[in-house]
Amino acid sequence: MSAFPNISTVQTQSVPSWRQQDAKPFVQIDQITKQFGQFTAVNSVSLDIYRNELFCLLGGSGSGKSTLLRMLAGFEEPTSGRILIDGVDMTGIPPWERPVNMMFQSYALFPHLSVEANVAFGLKREGVKSAEVKARVSDILDMVKLGHLAKRKPHMLSGGQRQRVALARSLVKRPKLLLLDEPLGALDKKLREETQFELMRLQEELGITFVVVTHDQEEAMTLATRIGVMNNGDIIQTAEPHEVYEYPKSRFVAEFIGNVNLFDGVVVEDERDSVSIQSPDLDAYLQVDHGISCAPNQEVSVAIRPEKIRISREPMDIEVNGATGVICDVAYMGSQSVFKVRLASGKYLRITQPNVSREMGSRLTWEDAVYLSWDADSCVVLVS
Amino acid sequence: MKQGSSTALKMMSGAGFVFLYAPIIALIVYSFNDSKLVTVWGGWSLKWYVELFSNEQIMSAAWASLKIAFISATLASVLGTLAGFVLSRMRKFVGKAMLSGWVTAPLVMPEVITGLSLLLLFVFLENVFGWPAGRGLLTVVIAHTTFCLAYVAVVVQSRLASLDETLEEAAMDLGAKPASLFFLITLPLISPAIIAGWLLAFTLSLDDLVIASFVSGPGNSTLPMVIFSKVRLGVTPEVNALATLMIVAVSMAVIAAIVIMHRQSRYNDKNNH
Repeated sequence: MSAFPNISTVQTQSVPSWRQQDAKPFVQIDQITKQFGQFTAVNSVSLDIYRNELFCLLGGSGSGKSTLLRMLAGFEEPTSGRILIDGVDMTGIPPWERPVNMMFQSYALFPHLSVEANVAFGLKREGVKSAEVKARVSDILDMVKLGHLAKRKPHMLSGGQRQRVALARSLVKRPKLLLLDEPLGALDKKLREETQFELMRLQEELGITFVVVTHDQEEAMTLATRIGVMNNGDIIQTAEPHEVYEYPKSRFVAEFIGNVNLFDGVVVEDERDSVSIQSPDLDAYLQVDHGISCAPNQEVSVAIRPEKIRISREPMDIEVNGATGVICDVAYMGSQSVFKVRLASGKYLRITQPNVSREMGSRLTWEDAVYLSWDADSCVVLVS
Repeated sequence: MKQGSSTALKMMSGAGFVFLYAPIIALIVYSFNDSKLVTVWGGWSLKWYVELFSNEQIMSAAWASLKIAFISATLASVLGTLAGFVLSRMRKFVGKAMLSGWVTAPLVMPEVITGLSLLLLFVFLENVFGWPAGRGLLTVVIAHTTFCLAYVAVVVQSRLASLDETLEEAAMDLGAKPASLFFLITLPLISPAIIAGWLLAFTLSLDDLVIASFVSGPGNSTLPMVIFSKVRLGVTPEVNALATLMIVAVSMAVIAAIVIMHRQSRYNDKNNH
């Protein structure tokens, strides 16, 4: 065991199923399209989700992520394509017969029923015997630490408590697949972080496959085993969180997840183990060392994350992958500082640096002339 | 300036209330009048209430009116709820706009026209099918159900429109088939609107004179019809007593409806925050 508790240890102990070639997907989304009149909300999306995954669909509003979730739940019928859950085709199967439960963004607790009755609702519809209903309801309420509020009505609960009732209600039926629509959206920051870990703990304990819809990239990064980034009804990239961040496939993904500095440029030299790119914004060439398929004179973008740029008043080697500039803005954020640096070409770069020392005196400040440099393997070349 | 305008407002609303309620207060006061002449004050007395309860014609008309109001309010609540449900929940279908217009038309239709057209319909049906045989309680109930239905449908529809649809989706998601969804979730949530609609329908039916005059038969006069015919022969203090009782009954029903609606909306507000 690592000395530092790492949430993802359990998941990374063996090779996760989405990295295995022959693993059988648990949820298969096959060429799903959903049109509302002329508007295409989801455009021929295919996606495999594996057992025990905590899969995040990440995208802005109108990206189609909620529509996709609603098709999994059965509230919307796809215009074309099909969904298989555990090998069973879900086409034409109404929501009440699917092995799927959903936690709604608004929680959708029944206002006229007590917490207990809300949680018991699904079990009673299944025809579970009342003694068992009672036992399972009290078990799950203890699990989300709400046993003492069982008799309350939803309007007598706080936002965080309601969220946990909604979670308990959707988990109590032991669905094969749990759908969560912006599960933490209505909570304040502190509660959100706690709940994130809570969700991951529950997911591991119960071994239920989760699909989470969110617009919050931080939430997706923390929670997910894999992230599907959606835009305009398409899934643009499906990958593990670190991969989405470090190796974005397109400009959209690079800009949507975290902050990024982008250089537009032209390929001038394409060698076997490195590519040189000339950008009008930089005097030095950008040199990228991982193989990418591109041709000389091809127009590309190069993305560099703000924390991967070194910044110093002392001269650095800036023959390639470097620049000089002037600090024109500093934002002190406690754990780190954000600098906005203006290059000679007039382009602004964003650079973050951890505040290792408590001293203010030696820190970089406004109007400082600085040297910037970064490593060849920090750059990502984007062709789309 | 502000002080002045608020005084003016108070005076205006005061005048309005006097205009609306002075006649009713006069009527209530005169129902306790000891004198045989309606316009002459002869001291306090309950004798007209005693007279009223021993007047068989009035009592039987009152009983008939209560029966009619109860049955037609109940029928209107069931049918109006169904109509309101269809109008707000069904996906767009051909004729939805027309149906919604038809359902609400009786709200603005002059009663004389409603009454006359229903009378013609009943006569026609009797001639062709032999049903309804003659006019009486049944025809009044049908007529009242018809126009009360519109009020219930409107009240229920507006409640459904403000109801969070994800509640119904959540119930389906948890395994509720459409029937149990309706009876376990939707119906309890809209029940205050249905009760308010029932009370509204009850008072409307109890009040109605015009439509009942058209469609009721001989020997089946409703209370408003009896009062109206009595007043034509000259107002007796007995009628004042009766009117007072009706005002008390109707205002209690209306207040109950308002309280129920108000409570429900407060309850919803709490739930949304």
